[in-house]
Amino acid sequence: MQNVQRVVVIGGTSAIALATVREWMSQRPGLQVVLAARPTPARADVANELRGEGAVVSEHDLELTDPTLARAQIETVFAGGPDIDVVLVAAGVLGDQEAAWTDVDAALRMTDINYRGAVLVGVLAGRRLREQGHGAMVLLSSVAGERVRRSNFAYGASKAGADGFYLGLGEALRGDGVHVLVVRPGFVRSPMTEGLPSPPLSQDPSQVARAVIDGLAHGRRIAWSPPAMRWVMAGLRHLPYPLFRRLPV
Amino acid sequence: MAWASSASCVVYSVGMTSARAGDPARAGVRRSLTGWGRTAASVADVFTVDDDEQVAMLVGSAGRRGVLARGLGRSYGDAAQNAGGLVLDMTARRAILQVDEATGVVEVEAGVSMDQLIRELLPLGWFVPVSPGTRQVTVGGAIAADVHGKNHHRDGSFGAHVQELTLVTGDGRVRRVVAGEPLFWATVGGMGLTGVILRARIRMKCVRTSTLLVDTRRCANLDDVLAQMEDDDRYDYSVAWVDCLARGAALGRSVLTRGRFATVDELPAPRRDHPLTFTSRTRLAAPPGWPNGLLNRYSVGAFNEAWFRKAPRARMGQPQSVGAFFHPLDGVAGWNRIYGSSGFLQYQVLVPLDSPDAIRQVVASFSSNGLASFLSVLKRMGSGNPGYLSFPRPGWTLTLDIPAGDPATGMLLDRLDEKILEVGGRSYFAKDSRMTARSAHAMYPRLSEWREVRDRFDPNGVFTSDLARRVQL
Repeated sequence: MQNVQRVVVIGGTSAIALATVREWMSQRPGLQVVLAARPTPARADVANELRGEGAVVSEHDLELTDPTLARAQIETVFAGGPDIDVVLVAAGVLGDQEAAWTDVDAALRMTDINYRGAVLVGVLAGRRLREQGHGAMVLLSSVAGERVRRSNFAYGASKAGADGFYLGLGEALRGDGVHVLVVRPGFVRSPMTEGLPSPPLSQDPSQVARAVIDGLAHGRRIAWSPPAMRWVMAGLRHLPYPLFRRLPV
Repeated sequence: MAWASSASCVVYSVGMTSARAGDPARAGVRRSLTGWGRTAASVADVFTVDDDEQVAMLVGSAGRRGVLARGLGRSYGDAAQNAGGLVLDMTARRAILQVDEATGVVEVEAGVSMDQLIRELLPLGWFVPVSPGTRQVTVGGAIAADVHGKNHHRDGSFGAHVQELTLVTGDGRVRRVVAGEPLFWATVGGMGLTGVILRARIRMKCVRTSTLLVDTRRCANLDDVLAQMEDDDRYDYSVAWVDCLARGAALGRSVLTRGRFATVDELPAPRRDHPLTFTSRTRLAAPPGWPNGLLNRYSVGAFNEAWFRKAPRARMGQPQSVGAFFHPLDGVAGWNRIYGSSGFLQYQVLVPLDSPDAIRQVVASFSSNGLASFLSVLKRMGSGNPGYLSFPRPGWTLTLDIPAGDPATGMLLDRLDEKILEVGGRSYFAKDSRMTARSAHAMYPRLSEWREVRDRFDPNGVFTSDLARRVQL
């Protein structure tokens, strides 16, 4: 993937998405960025910062917790306009992990944003890129989805669902010139994880951004960030529960 | 309007609805296409077309993503791709329709290749008027890219030798366009965006033998080769191979080869009985599956060293075959695979004759960054032609092949583009896979004139390509 000229960011205030956009801009200024996010001051700040750095930014409202509204909003994002080179699916919430399995509203909010929203975007972006005959989709998944664990299984399960959908989408769109990359970062020090203790192998958003760009450049289907996470998770995946349960993860 | 009364006559018009539209035997195949550099693939519905009616029907049925003709796919970037739209594979249309053996004027279908023209006409004493570095380009592609060759300083580019074109324009009409009309010069160098070329009438070049007499000279550095090329006009053909990895005092050391076709008397005695023999042979084929990074500064450096040392310091009048002199790479089929899955890009820039310093800066940047350009060539170009988007103009042109995929390379080329722009230079669309719309518009100042002509004959923008979308033509 070279010559990235126009990108759509779903979850436009994501720190990882912002770092990725900046990485593209460092290679070539004048990037066209479509930010789809809730109409918050944070979105306006991101848009203005990027404009200040030379990007051509447009903003779209997106409320993934309202599925009917979200569908119409995403349809608008993908209707018309110049060709889209990359759709970066970065909308996600972590939230209170205990509430996410004990409280119905919290559990559904997690699912609506992390899974349902990702699927909605996947379908509509897939349709658009397929018509174009080229383009890439990047899902920011998580190592938490590779094997769900007690401490954040509601989050992990929503990511696992989205992860599986995008891997399959990549296969389904193979003959259509559309590439799908699933990025599985480990712990990222970002506003989403503020206040949480940093485990080993934790990283900054810019490291994930490089994994995204590198993964696209090499046509990968899955990218781990940091790369060592691939082997850590390969081990964890096969641990028997009596052992897995005792690990401080 | 000036061209409303022009001579471009409508030969005939074909109905837009055809019973054959639903014929499965004529259905398109959804296929991934790349240029010769194998970067930036995109998917299109590819139709192998065989008659005029089908071309006109497909042009008429093109949807929002448009339609584009494609030949043998030797443009390096995305010029012959049309993502999500229709691509007409013209290579099945390869009839040589008419040959005037007295004047060398031929009428051919657009899918005829240089290889075919040379194979069939060189034995009759007629050679292609302009030959690019490969015989594997179609006549349609040669016109669309207005290709040039080693004789540009004397004979100009391919378009200068075309007398007439038959073109399907955006309204589905088949038009005959003679040299001189605005639509003719919008099509020459127009990258296929003015219509689908069906046929062309070309004036071939008269030769007595199929052998060239070649003078070779090693040049110690860039100044040396630039100075040597000042007297290029003594030769019909001239080009220099440049070692872009040489440093310091040897920066830009080169091997300059120049020549002309021999007369029968100049051939060695045994060959005089059959002076025009030509064999088009591919000796090797590069198998698929080459790793990335094989062509690096060390391997290319070693190759360059050997190539430079192998060349004689100065040798006059060495006989060479057409293939060896014009198309050395045609001996290896699929040589573009050696760059691995990341592919490669070709960077070809042209700067005015009084700005050789810009060439020096490009060579110095490649040398100091250790960017391994396998096969870099330098050529002094002659006059341009009236083609609005035709690349050649008087000046120096440098062509470099570089492995793709490293973002640092892209950033370096963007900086070099700025330098080229400063001196009024340009890059070549047929090679490009990366320039920005802003640079393209600045490099081709006649773009707006070209658009006026294009819009007249294709008001709905039926013809488009990945290149056209990328640099907004």
